[in-house]
Amino acid sequence: MENLVELSGIRKSFGGVRALQGVDFSLRPGEVHALLGENGAGKSTLMRVLGGEYVADAGTVTVSGEQQQFRGPMDALEKGIAIIHQEMALATDLTVAENIFLAKIPSLISWSDLNRRARELISSLGFAISPSATVGDLSVAHQQVVEIAKALSRNAAVMVFDEPTAVLSARDAERLLDIIATLRERGVGIIYISHRLDEVFRIADRITVMKDGSSVATVERMDVEIDDVIRMMVGRSLKALFGEDVERKAGDEVLRIENLSDGARIKGASLSIRAGEIVGLGGLVGAGRTELVRMIFGAERALSGKIFLRGREVKIRSPRHAVKAGIGLVPESRKEQGLVLDFPIRVNATMARLSPLVNALGFVRRSKEMSAVEKLATRLRLKAGSLNDPASSLSGGNQQKVVLAKWFHADGDLLIFDEPTRGVDVGAKTEIYSLIKSLAAEGRAVLVISSEHIELFGLCDRILVMREGQLTGSLEPADYTEEKLLRLAMVNSATAEAAAIH
Amino acid sequence: MGNAVADITETAPRSSQFNIGNIMHRYGTVAILVALLIVATSMSDVFLTERNLINVLRQSAGTSLMAVGMLFVILTRGIDLSVGSIAALGSIVCAILIQQYGAGLSIGAALAAGGACGLVSGVLIAFLKLPPFVTTLAMMTVARGLSLIVSAGQPIQMGDAGMLIVDFGSLSFAGIPYPVWLMAVVFVIAGIVLTFTRFGRLVKAIGSNIEAVRLSGIPVAFYTTSVYVISGVLAAAAGIVSTSRTGIGSANIGVGAELDAIAAVVIGGASLMGGRGGVFNTFIGVIVLGIIANMMNLARVPGYHQQVFMGCIIIGAMLLQYASNWFRR
Repeated sequence: MENLVELSGIRKSFGGVRALQGVDFSLRPGEVHALLGENGAGKSTLMRVLGGEYVADAGTVTVSGEQQQFRGPMDALEKGIAIIHQEMALATDLTVAENIFLAKIPSLISWSDLNRRARELISSLGFAISPSATVGDLSVAHQQVVEIAKALSRNAAVMVFDEPTAVLSARDAERLLDIIATLRERGVGIIYISHRLDEVFRIADRITVMKDGSSVATVERMDVEIDDVIRMMVGRSLKALFGEDVERKAGDEVLRIENLSDGARIKGASLSIRAGEIVGLGGLVGAGRTELVRMIFGAERALSGKIFLRGREVKIRSPRHAVKAGIGLVPESRKEQGLVLDFPIRVNATMARLSPLVNALGFVRRSKEMSAVEKLATRLRLKAGSLNDPASSLSGGNQQKVVLAKWFHADGDLLIFDEPTRGVDVGAKTEIYSLIKSLAAEGRAVLVISSEHIELFGLCDRILVMREGQLTGSLEPADYTEEKLLRLAMVNSATAEAAAIH
Repeated sequence: MGNAVADITETAPRSSQFNIGNIMHRYGTVAILVALLIVATSMSDVFLTERNLINVLRQSAGTSLMAVGMLFVILTRGIDLSVGSIAALGSIVCAILIQQYGAGLSIGAALAAGGACGLVSGVLIAFLKLPPFVTTLAMMTVARGLSLIVSAGQPIQMGDAGMLIVDFGSLSFAGIPYPVWLMAVVFVIAGIVLTFTRFGRLVKAIGSNIEAVRLSGIPVAFYTTSVYVISGVLAAAAGIVSTSRTGIGSANIGVGAELDAIAAVVIGGASLMGGRGGVFNTFIGVIVLGIIANMMNLARVPGYHQQVFMGCIIIGAMLLQYASNWFRR
């Protein structure tokens, strides 16, 4: 079969850094071709070459048999190549229909016609989203559907999905995979980038693994197992993914919350965590897990309920109180909430506890700070050029380590991780898991939110499950199955889902 | 293992060391100053005389105090439109009180009045989350109105009690006028605070990503409020400096001065989106504005024309900043 896309010998350097070192890649029509590799392996760079954002230093891009010289993303779009970015490129204040036809909106708009065409496109994907809804009001999942409809409206023959399910709940991810199957049947060629190997193994026809700017191998999905692919990517197996288990004992209770409510998203949540324990918080996206931990951390107000730390009731009115009380939060979005990206690694790492590094007049003692951060960098195996480089210069995994460093430095008793490995490559994941385990081994209490079930199963001593603002149950390691977790997370939520779709 | 080389690549393409954008960004303001100096020197024989240069500095002293306050505010991604009016309030409060209570107390009261205005704006902005633009716009009319009420719209002679302040405005130490010394001291202190202290670091960080700073347990509202207090105090001080040149307190000084202060900060390369900007460049920004005004005076450009030129120069500086960002991609 003729290849829809053929990239051959692609090279690309940034300054002295060789990001791509002669990569070959091909895509057939009606195929899902997964592109795997750690962050920094060059996947996104390769896709940016295909999407016309970067011009390759060497190598050829061939689409439908014709060699291309893309000068910009518009050229690539013209040839039917659509990239669905993880951070979606939608105008949130405009309607669904306006977004879908944004590039070719006629100068005189017939709204009925525009809305009708938008509705047809969306329903062809199996969804019912009102074309006149404002995009900013939609769930992330529905925004993604809009993004896909937008690509379809331009007759895209190739769609690149860059970590599409990272921001979705398990069920929405499921629906996205269905859409992808539909697109494949229509003959669209799909390039699928994801860190979630179970998904990749369900939908991919072929898999290409990249490492250090080259492609390691392209294989038929049928011919390999998950463990083979992990080994190709990092040289270690799934069992090794969660790092070494450190001996640890559960001690006294560190945190207890009773009937915490905010009158809206959280409806009376109670839980308790002991020192040395790693407790998981599972559930669907939108179940209120993030809101609950933000309330414990004082980032959101609780209307009623009590919080006890080490048996004593505390009032936490702001993150400042929480940090003083010894709570740390590694937030969901490291770029928006975790880091001051433009600022040096050093400054980010010490931000939560500057007082020991500051003299009486408020002057920061640079050398003392530097040595503290150097120690943290060594312990966390942070890969950085200089600790004075901005945090934005790091890869996702290393950025996350800087957020971790901040809370290691703050030295609290209770650490809360909200999606600690989102957008982090496999190698860094293992390191982060080991660090979380070592925190617990030191006698701290750890609470982990994750939408990756494997992560909860591999990391946690027990898993609490949330649904619609309440804790619906607890799983012990013997009960760790996808089915049991989903039952606690989803039963009775069918009505809510129906409402969300209109 | 993913090596360090590969780690960098999937983040945004990084700026290399030799990059026009970086150079423009770092030295753009200085380049403007150098260019101006060359033009000014070739245009007028008087320009490069000691007397004229000192004059430029003296005339920049008031603006510079406001610009330093403005820099702190802009670093937090705010704006303070009330500084010109607060300068008038500072001038009036000082002039009224000085006859009865003496210089020390009246200066203190003037600075306190400025600080109080800043405190009100700051609390509204930081704790009640009102937009800085509108809040300080309101404070601008309130402070101006207050100074007109207190002075009954009349200029206030400081008389004998004000001699100390008039001396400050007219005398020199080591050949440099006192207002220029004050300006230097304020710049140096501000530079030290921004570069070496926790306060300066957190102010900049708040402008860059307030949410990340808040979630690190930093009392961001306190820091945000305090920059407006600083701005208010410095604006009142600028009002006193302005009064010191004439010995007369007036509710009409500082009209439009907030624009000069903002212009100086922006010419200095600070980002109105917060987090980026420095004291040295702000100083250069102030001097650039001072030289432009001086040049136009020497060339006898009429006042109305001067305003048009000034606006064009500010747009030019913005374009330069824009271009340097563009080259950095």
